[in-house]
Amino acid sequence: MEVDREDGRSQNQLRPLACSRNILHRAHGSASWSQDTKVLAAVYGPKAGTKKNENPEKACIEVIWKPKTGQIGKPEKEYEMILKRTLESVCILTVNPNTTTSIIVQVVNDDGALLPSAINAACMALVDAGIPMKHLAVAVCCCVAKSGYVILDPTKLEEQKMKAFAYLVFPNSVHSVLPEGSLRVEGEPIENGIITSVTHGIMSVDDYFYCLERGRAASVKLSDFLRRNLQQQSTDSSKAG
Amino acid sequence: MGLPNASGDLSTEVEVDAFRRLFPLRFYEKHLLESIRPDARPLGRARETTIALGAVASANGSALAKIGSTTMLAAIKMEVMTPSLETPDEGCIAIDFHMPPICSPIVRPGRPAEAAPVVAKQLSDTILSSGMINLKELSLVSGKAAWMAYLDIYCLDADGALFDTALLSAVAAFSHLEIPVVSLNDDGKIVLSEEQGLSDREPVNKEKRKINLSSVPFSLTCVLHKNYILADPTAEEESIMDTIVTVVLDSSSQLVSLQKPGGTVLAYTSAIQVS
Repeated sequence: MEVDREDGRSQNQLRPLACSRNILHRAHGSASWSQDTKVLAAVYGPKAGTKKNENPEKACIEVIWKPKTGQIGKPEKEYEMILKRTLESVCILTVNPNTTTSIIVQVVNDDGALLPSAINAACMALVDAGIPMKHLAVAVCCCVAKSGYVILDPTKLEEQKMKAFAYLVFPNSVHSVLPEGSLRVEGEPIENGIITSVTHGIMSVDDYFYCLERGRAASVKLSDFLRRNLQQQSTDSSKAG
Repeated sequence: MGLPNASGDLSTEVEVDAFRRLFPLRFYEKHLLESIRPDARPLGRARETTIALGAVASANGSALAKIGSTTMLAAIKMEVMTPSLETPDEGCIAIDFHMPPICSPIVRPGRPAEAAPVVAKQLSDTILSSGMINLKELSLVSGKAAWMAYLDIYCLDADGALFDTALLSAVAAFSHLEIPVVSLNDDGKIVLSEEQGLSDREPVNKEKRKINLSSVPFSLTCVLHKNYILADPTAEEESIMDTIVTVVLDSSSQLVSLQKPGGTVLAYTSAIQVS
């Protein structure tokens, strides 16, 4: 079913992506992610010591979310918690125990799908800083409209009009030298799992699973984009050296 | 001392408690192999739930909800206010969630708990987006006066599954809510009518009425560990297992929300199992 979206995109089409790393020179790692919504992420760490209630046998991740305007309130705290939990499951925490890595996220422009852009930017910044990670986290946003169709990567207006939306984070697709069997989780390839899911609004359970499938397909495209981006930038820096 | 051996289960109380604190994950895994949890619940069973309505006598609606040891007190106070220009015939609900230091040793005065603003926001998102309450019912005089409901939830004991208990107490408080009678006085302002018969002014709403709740949301929190799904975790279980999933369904089996912040990868099949 063809759907008319305001900017002329099809249902499954994502907005043009742009990602650049190492833009802030004082931070240990930094990245900016933009697809109309622009988010800047900076990583400082690992620093010595953990916060009070955290487990000292593992590394700790601290997230600070800075909105574009206004004071810090409950929505920012919620984003911080979601980002923290997501990144804690993506990073290898046992490599540097009793340290804290701070990630600061600054919203530059909010045009829909804010949390997925922030997660993608934070992951790229962690890669730029050299923090050890198991795999990358790839985030997409799916919306369910009243008539039941699902669109990907909504703008802010679309998000507000829609019945429900879901932010989904998947691990990226793996090109591996290891044999197939070792990377499976419960008999499925690892990229079929969900790291994080945050939904808002009412939708039926079937709609949710449909969103998952669409999101997974989009995450494959996104992870290819990330892989190309990372490989390109690493060859650039080696030429300079 | 910490090595799991067969005689560990038979030895004195102190030994088991020490093992539980020093190696919590192994302690739980030993239980999970037998498909049971330390408080003798099977993996899929939630704790005993109780609700008491009308716990706060001076509030317009209140409820005390307990799931196991987690206790939440919810109270609603109503106030008249002018509605906004964009929605002149809708009332408003303000939801606030507090975690005073009484609830847990981790929360100290002066340092708000990390979980408090997150649960508050998730709660207000869930209640407002589930369509349980039709805001148009909270309107009095279109464009001039509408009800503002202040819902405050206090956590009295935090023992895991905070969101579930908070949602339960909020829904119970709304079901107990009675909107007071008001009337319009000469200045055009709304005042509370003290007694029905003595008032010579026409009351705006005839009697104390209850608010209609449609599609009530229910939620369930589970933790995931390897292949095991544990329903309704206690605080101890929540702290050692890193993946928590909260699913909220409403009475017509529509998914209101599914929150799974971080944690290990959840395979597709497990997602079906949970819902």
